[in-house]
Amino acid sequence: MNKNILNFIATIILSVVLSLIFPWWSIMVAAFIASILFPLKNSKIFFVPFLAILLYWGFYSYALSSINNFTLAKKISQLLMLGGDPYLLMLVTGLVGGIAAGISGVFGKQIINTLKKNK
Amino acid sequence: MKFFKLILSMVFTIGIFYVLNTKIGSIPPLGKFLNPTSGIWQNEVDESITGEIKIDALSDKVTVKYDEYLIPHVFAQNNHDLYKAQGYLTAKHRLWQLEFQTYAAAGRLSEIIGEGALNYDRSERRRGMGYGAEQSITFMKKNDPVTYQFLEDYAEGVNAYINQLKPEKYPVEYKLLNYKPEQWTPKKTALLLMYMTKMLAGYDDDLELTNVLRLVGKENFDLLFPDFFDEVDPVIPKETDWSFIDVPQTKSPEKSFVLDTIKETIEKPNPDNGSNNWAISGKKSVTGKPILANDPHLGLNLPSIWFVMQLSTPNYNAFGATIPGALAVISGFNEHIAWGETNATRDVIDWYKITFNKDRTQYKFDGDWKDVIVRIEEIKIKGKKPFIDSVLYTHHGPVVYDKNFRANNERSGYAMRWIGHDGGNHQKTFIELNKAKNYDDYVEALKYWDAPAQNFVFASTEGDIALWIQGKFANKWEGQGKFLMDGSNSKNDWQSFIPKEFNAHSKNPERGFVSSANQHPVDEKYPYYVFNDGYETYRNRVINDFFKRKEKYSVEDFKELHNNNFNLKASELVPYMLQNMNTSSLTKEEIFILEEIKSWKFNNDINEVGPSIWRQWYGNLYNILWDEFDNDSISLTSPYTYQTIYLLKNNGKHKFMDIVETKDVKETAKDLFLLSFKKASKRLQELKKERGDYKWVNYKRTYAGHLLQGLPAFSRFNIPIGGDRNIVNATSENHGPSWRMIVEMTSPPTAIGIYPGGQSGNPGSKYYDNFIDNWAAGKYNNLYFLKANETRDNLIGTQTLIPNSNE
Repeated sequence: MNKNILNFIATIILSVVLSLIFPWWSIMVAAFIASILFPLKNSKIFFVPFLAILLYWGFYSYALSSINNFTLAKKISQLLMLGGDPYLLMLVTGLVGGIAAGISGVFGKQIINTLKKNK
Repeated sequence: MKFFKLILSMVFTIGIFYVLNTKIGSIPPLGKFLNPTSGIWQNEVDESITGEIKIDALSDKVTVKYDEYLIPHVFAQNNHDLYKAQGYLTAKHRLWQLEFQTYAAAGRLSEIIGEGALNYDRSERRRGMGYGAEQSITFMKKNDPVTYQFLEDYAEGVNAYINQLKPEKYPVEYKLLNYKPEQWTPKKTALLLMYMTKMLAGYDDDLELTNVLRLVGKENFDLLFPDFFDEVDPVIPKETDWSFIDVPQTKSPEKSFVLDTIKETIEKPNPDNGSNNWAISGKKSVTGKPILANDPHLGLNLPSIWFVMQLSTPNYNAFGATIPGALAVISGFNEHIAWGETNATRDVIDWYKITFNKDRTQYKFDGDWKDVIVRIEEIKIKGKKPFIDSVLYTHHGPVVYDKNFRANNERSGYAMRWIGHDGGNHQKTFIELNKAKNYDDYVEALKYWDAPAQNFVFASTEGDIALWIQGKFANKWEGQGKFLMDGSNSKNDWQSFIPKEFNAHSKNPERGFVSSANQHPVDEKYPYYVFNDGYETYRNRVINDFFKRKEKYSVEDFKELHNNNFNLKASELVPYMLQNMNTSSLTKEEIFILEEIKSWKFNNDINEVGPSIWRQWYGNLYNILWDEFDNDSISLTSPYTYQTIYLLKNNGKHKFMDIVETKDVKETAKDLFLLSFKKASKRLQELKKERGDYKWVNYKRTYAGHLLQGLPAFSRFNIPIGGDRNIVNATSENHGPSWRMIVEMTSPPTAIGIYPGGQSGNPGSKYYDNFIDNWAAGKYNNLYFLKANETRDNLIGTQTLIPNSNE
């Protein structure tokens, strides 16, 4: 299978598993490990884990709030000055997680690169 | 280069982690806050109200039935389990509020909010809130270990909930402020009771009045602030016979005033904190059963101050409004009786000037020196080093103002004498009321009540109605405590207390009803000194007149009275102003507004414009009339509304009518009417431009603000409800009837009640604010008074709390 897809899947699975042990930054650890197990190239280093967590957090938050008619999501969206739109809040949630995961994926890749160079 | 990239990416990784894990300004830590596995998305949940829950502390099974309003009906097998369950359920539905209120009471808000709350915290510490709570705990441990044990039970229940609560399920406010709940203790209940004492009976103007006296002299002072107004309609009917009282009022010592200048005083509770209650006898009731009503007027907040519960054991069955943090039902009923409270605004705080020795370790008293006790208050501040404040205590109480706090004299200070510091067992009153079966039990329960002074209304299925003005009141000499007193003279101390059996009360009065609305407790004939500490003068008369209008009344009449919007205050001044104001200089626009208020029938209904015109007109009139009191350099208070209107009508040429600023003109009341009307018209026309119109609903814009600095996202705005302060429906902008209850004393009693909020404290719950619309519309919820094994269609879930059975 394509490394991009493997990294993508690994990031999500690791995130789910690690979230049982770690708080919110489990996604950073997940992206870090996935980037070492399935190293990517160029901008994909960032964007694959970014997309993985964007979708994971986005859909997960949708699933949680849709069963409660988005009651709280609307209010938090207003609180964070997103105009009370729950979908915008899901997007922001996804972006926050995605960026954190992407950056930590880049960090993982740099470790591999550094180790390789030293050999 | 590789190393550089490695370092750079590491810095970025740590950086993003830090940014998303840290609260920056008012922005919560976004990663923590938004992630779906433990952030706010986990609060987007329905209520869990079925199944079984294991609670270690319980000794027996407790059944909790929820009705359609999410009111828990609790059936425990014994008292200890009952209060454990109350603690558990209160925490379950209102955890954040429960804790936050006691943080506020203790002066600990800086711990969670940061430095911005330091001034508030210092005031609360210097007011002796923690000291008072500790006094109560000591008193209870010593005198009533049984009640103290109930406080422990409640704490165990709260902690059982907190201990099984996973961080992802912390209420959303914890996530927003980035902190976590701490363990509950009996002291927190004592703090909550102190908070209520402060909120309800913590208002006093002694220091401001001292400044006023110095400013205007005694003659003017007595005109502006009389002990009794020209007409009073007191709580206890005028015709009451006081001849049974055989302990005289304290003799006055030779008076000496201490006319110090006080620049700035501590924040006071809202003077509108008050309430209505009334009860009619069977003889006055359409059904022949007494009916009782209560509506406490407090700040309108979300989560609401009230949490409605039914609390029962095999021995009794109580139902009504509870306050998170306090045990038992506070305003409610059981199978035999109903009760409710209003504030008895008596003067229970006095101030003494203290003279210290050189190093402030002693203070002067009766020609001798007494030791000062130092209480160290450590105020923790989020993200900063703690602030240490040393508060000096005298036998009067804490020296609130001294060189370290809002006063600057090295060798003196002002000490507070407050009944709230005396310790006491106020919790017991409610525990006993919940079980009471008749008038005698009610009177017995009230014996434990010291503060805050309350008018306890009562009705029973046996047909009795009653009202006791209960509290621990100093037997003061004439005039004692109105102004700052010399703290070095023992004659100025409170000499004794009025024996509680001589507290004013009324049982089954001739007129067939009892009522209270924070007005004068008694008239001049009551043999003890009662000083006018800002008594209400309008709601009481509307209520009492209402019950003199016809022979018999029903629950429907009670609802009508709760929602009565008649503005008696306006009706007593507007016609006079219209008659006496010179209208020749009015513009076309002003005449239009004049015509509008002329046609007003003095009802503060939502679609009227009259109430808005009146508010503006009277507000401006009051301000320009009392311009003498507009002084930034000292703390002052201006005369009460009733006396203001009295003077305008009867003393229109008094020198106070003159506007100080206009040196060459001498204004009279008539001039002020016109000037204020013009100012009002100007503002009203602006409002029309800004808001489209100035109908009352649009002018007043009633709102219920979230407890945390009124966070708009968690608040409700533009609630369409009429009324105003000094109106029976006392709803002003952010203050009003915080709980409305009507109980008819059938067997068992039939009751309705509602409050502007909802049972859940979670902004993500549909039960967070679901009562507000009906409350605003003057509607009520049925309070389903269940028996232990009863089921009903409108129950939505049953949850069983079970002990961890290891026996």
